[in-house]
Amino acid sequence: MLSRRSLLLVPAAATLAAGPAYAATAPLKIAFVYVSPIGDAGWTFQHELGRRALDAAMGAAVKTSFVENVEEGADAERVIRKLAADGNDLIFTTSFGYMNPTLKVAGSFPSKKFEHATGYKRAVNLATYSARFYEGRYAAGVLAARMSKTGVFGYVAAFPIPEVLQGINAFTLGARSVNPKAATKVVWTSSWFDPGKERAAADTLIAGGADVITHHTDSTSVAQAAEEKGVFSIAYNSDQSKYGPKTCLTAVTHNWNDYYIARVKAALGGTWKSIDTWGGVKEGMTRLAPYNAAVPDAVRKEVDGVMAAIGAGTRKPFAGPIADQDGKAKVAAGQAMADKDIAEMKWFVAGVQGKI
Amino acid sequence: MDEVMIAALLVATLRAAAPLVLAGLGELVCERAGVLNLGVEGMMLVGAVVGFAATITTGSVWLGLVAAMLAGAAMAGVFAVLTLGLAANQVASGLALTIFGVGFSALFGAPYQGHPIPGLASVVFPDLSRAAPLVQQVLLIDPLVWLALAAPFVVARFLDRSRPGLILRAVGESHEVAHALGYKVLRIRTLATLFGGAMAGLGGAYLSLAYTPMWTENMVSGRGWIALALVVFSTWKPVMLALGAFLFGFVTIAGFQAEAWGIPLAPNLLATLPYLATILVLVLISRDTLRLKLNAPAALGKPFHPAG
Amino acid sequence: MAVLAPVLAPVLAPVLAVVLAALGAALLFAALGRDPLACLHTLFIAPLADRNGWSELALKATPLLLCAIGIAVGVRANVWNIGAEGQFTMGAIAGGATALVLGPAGGWYVLPLVLLAGIAGGAAWGGVAALLRTRFNAHEILVTLMLSYVAIQVLGWLVRGPMQDPEGFNFPQSRLFDPSALLPALFEGGRVTVAAVFAVLTVPLGALLLGRTVMGYRLRVVGLAPGAARYAGFSERGAVWFCLLLSGGLAGLAGICEVAGPIGQLMPSISPGYGFAGIIVAFLGRLQPVGIVFASLLMALLYLGGESLQITQQLPLAATGVIQGMLLLFLLAADVLTLYRPRWVRRRAHG
Repeated sequence: MLSRRSLLLVPAAATLAAGPAYAATAPLKIAFVYVSPIGDAGWTFQHELGRRALDAAMGAAVKTSFVENVEEGADAERVIRKLAADGNDLIFTTSFGYMNPTLKVAGSFPSKKFEHATGYKRAVNLATYSARFYEGRYAAGVLAARMSKTGVFGYVAAFPIPEVLQGINAFTLGARSVNPKAATKVVWTSSWFDPGKERAAADTLIAGGADVITHHTDSTSVAQAAEEKGVFSIAYNSDQSKYGPKTCLTAVTHNWNDYYIARVKAALGGTWKSIDTWGGVKEGMTRLAPYNAAVPDAVRKEVDGVMAAIGAGTRKPFAGPIADQDGKAKVAAGQAMADKDIAEMKWFVAGVQGKI
Repeated sequence: MDEVMIAALLVATLRAAAPLVLAGLGELVCERAGVLNLGVEGMMLVGAVVGFAATITTGSVWLGLVAAMLAGAAMAGVFAVLTLGLAANQVASGLALTIFGVGFSALFGAPYQGHPIPGLASVVFPDLSRAAPLVQQVLLIDPLVWLALAAPFVVARFLDRSRPGLILRAVGESHEVAHALGYKVLRIRTLATLFGGAMAGLGGAYLSLAYTPMWTENMVSGRGWIALALVVFSTWKPVMLALGAFLFGFVTIAGFQAEAWGIPLAPNLLATLPYLATILVLVLISRDTLRLKLNAPAALGKPFHPAG
Repeated sequence: MAVLAPVLAPVLAPVLAVVLAALGAALLFAALGRDPLACLHTLFIAPLADRNGWSELALKATPLLLCAIGIAVGVRANVWNIGAEGQFTMGAIAGGATALVLGPAGGWYVLPLVLLAGIAGGAAWGGVAALLRTRFNAHEILVTLMLSYVAIQVLGWLVRGPMQDPEGFNFPQSRLFDPSALLPALFEGGRVTVAAVFAVLTVPLGALLLGRTVMGYRLRVVGLAPGAARYAGFSERGAVWFCLLLSGGLAGLAGICEVAGPIGQLMPSISPGYGFAGIIVAFLGRLQPVGIVFASLLMALLYLGGESLQITQQLPLAATGVIQGMLLLFLLAADVLTLYRPRWVRRRAHG
């Protein structure tokens, strides 16, 4: 821990000398609340990367801190309250379960600013933000279909909440856009983080003939399982290429760096407003990690093209015609699903094997 | 389903069960000597992290496994000093040991996060991923899985047929009688506790060195508690314990397979099955007091004060 | 001094353990490159600097105290309830269901019914273990532990299924409880609710059952010598039922007070292990009501101090875990050292 922590301080110290324009006044105190240990990959790790980027970009203008592994129950409100009482001006709470505690604390500290990730409740001083991870998933589906021999994919998922279902559906739609017979097998681990269980799930899917596997869980063991068995994987949250040097094709990653920097600049400049941000490929919040050497140039070009089209808005992952698992039409041809319907998604598209 | 798929599912079951068998066997021997150590989860975590650190430092996975066993035994040593030396309450001490182990492993392991290593199976067979599918499945049964397959029989033979095993069981049945017969109750219990710790450390190291070869905080994810449940489920019989662990692994894998086939299951309710099954077994064995007496160590969890 | 030792020992032992743990913690802080004194101040003193700190301490200690008193009563009668976590969860589920059904109607009767349902839910879950013990002879130490995991999974299923908030975008949570189903705060601005009063009220109850009273004596006899107790007309069956219903009910009360208090809804994670921590608290408090009050406050302080260490000193949470574990192990050791000192000497002589 020691060596890593002191390493973190280096970029901050380096920019200190550069002295950004804001540095004249007292630094803006910013705090992050994390739901799990930071680790070296995963949901919380990506937010931590954002915090480090903030330190590096803003230097002495900001003073950031974090609290990790905060339970989503009664403890969350105390931690957020303490951070606000301790003089933090802007507090990011980075898990869905912090929604109501953040709302309560925001009510008691009207002069402070709060931002809650993935929730849907806002207030004058409480903004929300999330990313359209499904956009990256769609492109990953195209990549999977191009790299697969069997056309059967495995998907290790934690819980059937909309964010996870959006990802599974977009992945399947992307795959079916190049291979109409493609099928995605879904298994549930009922836990965001359990490396052993995710490993067992991946083993099962590989045994069942899936030759590209992906996951919506927080560990790196799916990529490891694929590497050992010699099948492809597409990782999630963070770049996991070192866990699958030969087989991890890419990763659908979250990138909060630019968002955090923009919001902090707004707070410093007095233009911060309570808004709802749902960024995607266009904003750079959802990206693909560098491709594995195993991905041929033609495929790289195609997938890059899909990402560019999504970013430009000319291709929408949830554009009709879309049918659900029972063949019932959900979105008509020529139409795209409304954001509200995407946000509330509770069904699987045709091509997904598995039940919610 | 073809034979490769069946083999793959079987091997996946064996590997999911191996850490439970190893840690469970240790706890079983410990409980048979009359000591209830609820610190299995903490000992597994410490074994996982120390084994991983030793492997990275020395470059040898075998030294890593030895280090993991020593680390698990050291944790058990703390427990033994408290509960056997000082006669502190076993339940409270075991829980405190787990709290300590969770914290210690996270703190000690922080610099080792993000360094994936080749798993035990690919250390033994470097060309694993290029082998023919069926051969690959067989090679994935790494040495620790073989140990998990063989150890239950060895431990069963030790407990049922050997003289030291007999004495160990006598100590677990009634420390007064064993003491009166001249056996050194505390020494025997200490050895059993240390064995339990070493096996828990090995079970933890299976996770960090073979199954998911990496270190990440809290990676044992409750397997220590499942191992504890399995000891009861097995009615304190080593071979039954292994069967229980394989059954548990099988239910997990079969559940995933059913989901992959599109059979709807409620995952949360499925997750209650091992615990409900354990309670059911406990009820079935306990209602027959004679059979219970034959199996459950009568002095389990009771402190021993040799009268002067 | 020799005369004073037996009187002072119960006080000195925990002090000694805290001092030892503080020394160990100071070493750890120094090793991590922090100022040990500043860190110790942050851990033990800073959380109590203002009124809100005391309010948070009471809030955190409440569920620990409720669970620990029940567990201690059981241990006295040799009934081992280590599944308070499950009874806590079942209390939250039963009380929470009542709040969701009755809450919208409003009315003064809602909250009492919610609390009663919570107590009943916890007691019922404890009762399952009592039934299996008295009817089938299945040991409660294992049954209660297993039932804890079952309860936690059932909660996970309910908030993703039957009890899910229909307006909640399919996230795993129930609706927020209506105000009529929520516990009132003890004072304006603090989060501590009247649940702290319930917890304090269990102390005299604990004194009655754990102290030198007729009831306490009965339970102890059942625990120590069930055979003799039977001759004296006290039933072991009765004691098993009594202890598990009581400790289950108290844990259930703790559970409903959490969800109808600071949380305000049902969600998958409602307890950071209060039921398990309650066992440690019961033993740290030496199975005595006053001791348990202090132990629950100390345990709560460790949680708060650990958060402060992260916030102000940027220490990893794991460091707090190590210190917690160390302190608990020292306390257990020191406790026994003083209590059993004569025996300890004799045993060494005995070999």
